Amino acid sequence: MMLESLPQNSNSNDPSAQSAPAQLLTTAQWRKDNLYVALFLGPSLLILSVFVFWPMIKTLYLSLFLTDNLGHASEFVGISNYVNLFKNPAYLSSLGATLIYVVAVSILTIVLGMLLAVTAQQRLQGIRFFRTIFSSTMGISVSVAAIFWLFAFNPSVGVFAQISQALHLPEINWLADPHFALLAIVMTTVWMNLGFTFLILFGALQQLPASLFEAAEIAGVGKTKQFFKISLPLISPTLFFVLVVTLIDAFKSFGLIDLMTVGGPNNATNLLVYRVYQDAFLNGNYGLASTESVVLTVIIAVITLIQFKLLGKRVNY
Amino acid sequence: MTITLEQLSKTYEGSHQPVLKDISVQINEGEFFVIVGPSGCGKSTLLRMIAGLTGISSGKLMINGEVANQMPPKDRALSMVFQSYALFPFMNVAENVGFGLKSRKLPKDEINHRVNEALAMVNLSELRDRKPKELSGGQRQRVALARAIASEAKICLMDEPLSNLDAQLRAKMRIELKQLQRNLGLTVIYVTHDQVEAMTMADRVMVLNDQKVQQVDTPENLYQHPHNSFVAQFFGTPQINLLTANVTQCELIIDSALHLPITSSRINNSKVLIGIRPADVRIRVGSQGANARVAAVSYLGDQLVITADLNDSQTIRIVAGSQMQVAPDDLIKIVGIKCFDVFDINSKELISIQKGDVNDARVAAAEF
Repeated sequence: MMLESLPQNSNSNDPSAQSAPAQLLTTAQWRKDNLYVALFLGPSLLILSVFVFWPMIKTLYLSLFLTDNLGHASEFVGISNYVNLFKNPAYLSSLGATLIYVVAVSILTIVLGMLLAVTAQQRLQGIRFFRTIFSSTMGISVSVAAIFWLFAFNPSVGVFAQISQALHLPEINWLADPHFALLAIVMTTVWMNLGFTFLILFGALQQLPASLFEAAEIAGVGKTKQFFKISLPLISPTLFFVLVVTLIDAFKSFGLIDLMTVGGPNNATNLLVYRVYQDAFLNGNYGLASTESVVLTVIIAVITLIQFKLLGKRVNY
Repeated sequence: MTITLEQLSKTYEGSHQPVLKDISVQINEGEFFVIVGPSGCGKSTLLRMIAGLTGISSGKLMINGEVANQMPPKDRALSMVFQSYALFPFMNVAENVGFGLKSRKLPKDEINHRVNEALAMVNLSELRDRKPKELSGGQRQRVALARAIASEAKICLMDEPLSNLDAQLRAKMRIELKQLQRNLGLTVIYVTHDQVEAMTMADRVMVLNDQKVQQVDTPENLYQHPHNSFVAQFFGTPQINLLTANVTQCELIIDSALHLPITSSRINNSKVLIGIRPADVRIRVGSQGANARVAAVSYLGDQLVITADLNDSQTIRIVAGSQMQVAPDDLIKIVGIKCFDVFDINSKELISIQKGDVNDARVAAAEF
């Protein structure tokens, strides 16, 4: 059928074929084309509508209502959900904690990932083994990582406790201490992120042509300068990609918190997504949770937009 | 600035097979020195060893009389032009040329002055603000050259710098490169696999094959007095004919079709390899006294390249004037050979060179 339609298509582009029958044909063709478009786009549109668009609209809708505990809108309250939200000190502290968490995770992930990638590039004995190890956290699920780190942070048998004992440092109860719980979650998240980030950055570094560095070597440019003046600018598109992905991912962190701290202690790790979950499914306050969802979406969108505007210009070619 | 190589060898780690064996040569100041050889012969490795990018396994490298085996690349006072040009895509032309000058902590005026001068020399002053991706292949090549010029190093190493350009541009750049080298008094060490590049640009050429130096000589000598059959075969288009000949008391006989006189008492094997340049063969078309049959004819405008079968299995390439009327399957008679080289059949080393015409009577005569 497609083959049949091809000559007709080219007819319609030909100015000499603007006679009435040709026009009729093109109209029929036009209908046929639309059918194909509908057939191809239909399934994905349907799935996206059910699982993305409709929930988005519903969330936006619910954020303007008070709801009963089954999630039905009961009373229209306009933007007062939003106003109340930003008056709530607990929410504001969640917002603050989230921002600290996101910035810390993004910076640490990229800096450490970069360090590992540069290390893995060196010609050292057995470096292949380490390359595998460095990227191995990619294959570890959140639940396994959470259990592993719960052990590590355990105040009596955990590796951190033993280190601080051996060094006669004050003991820290990582996950129960409001000052350290967020840091513990940051460390765990960074550890989880490193595999992927390392692999992407390492791949980018390996792609760079050796002759550029040889030219620099002959010109007398030192290794450190080579890294900052040649490697970094050349992998800036990759860095930008990793930054955006890590940032968005960090905003959406849920699993580790649910498994390790359940938002505590004292709400220290009650990040935005976790608060949405608590308000909706534990407290049954769907209207408020919807409001929080919308705010979170806007925050992520705005920050990503700013990133593209600011960094997009500095990313080379 | 002279560069001396003394028995330089290279074996890569984990391998027993050396890539280069006992390379010795002295490269003089202001010389255009070309290293040529087939791919995989180690010519780029040799250049990288001189640059300091690849370690030296044994032997001595001396730059200006000073042993430089362990010297870091930046202290060797040389510049290098890469096949890929090695331009930084995020820097414009001027920044690319000035790269490296900054890290030498030269004053800004000096850098500007050098960059401008180098760009003017390669006719790129107008494009100084462009990025490499906005330049053509030839222009990128010039930027790479300008960077070498701006460094003011007296030695410039070039690794197949023209091989990414099209044929016409390459011919033009060959002349420009040579002029530039002469004007600046540079010592250039130039690696190529292209015999034409080697012949047209070099003051002297080093031919590498099988990890070893085959011959170091001027282009004329390489063509006229090749030390072995490899060198003879490497230079000249169409390639020299290398034919096996039986040695009798007084003659060298190729396929019973060609009888050549023995010219040297040093020929004492029963078989030898005869090298005959295609242009040195004179033929006559016609079946009378013919000793070869035409297999193919290539028309090149001013000349014909004829491939002909001799009596048995050997073929010979012949260059003839393009006015000659000849077609495949025609019978021809080889009536004269201007000069030929005799090589040892085993070692491929030169035994003797016969100059001067071998005329009709002596070339002669077995019936085809």
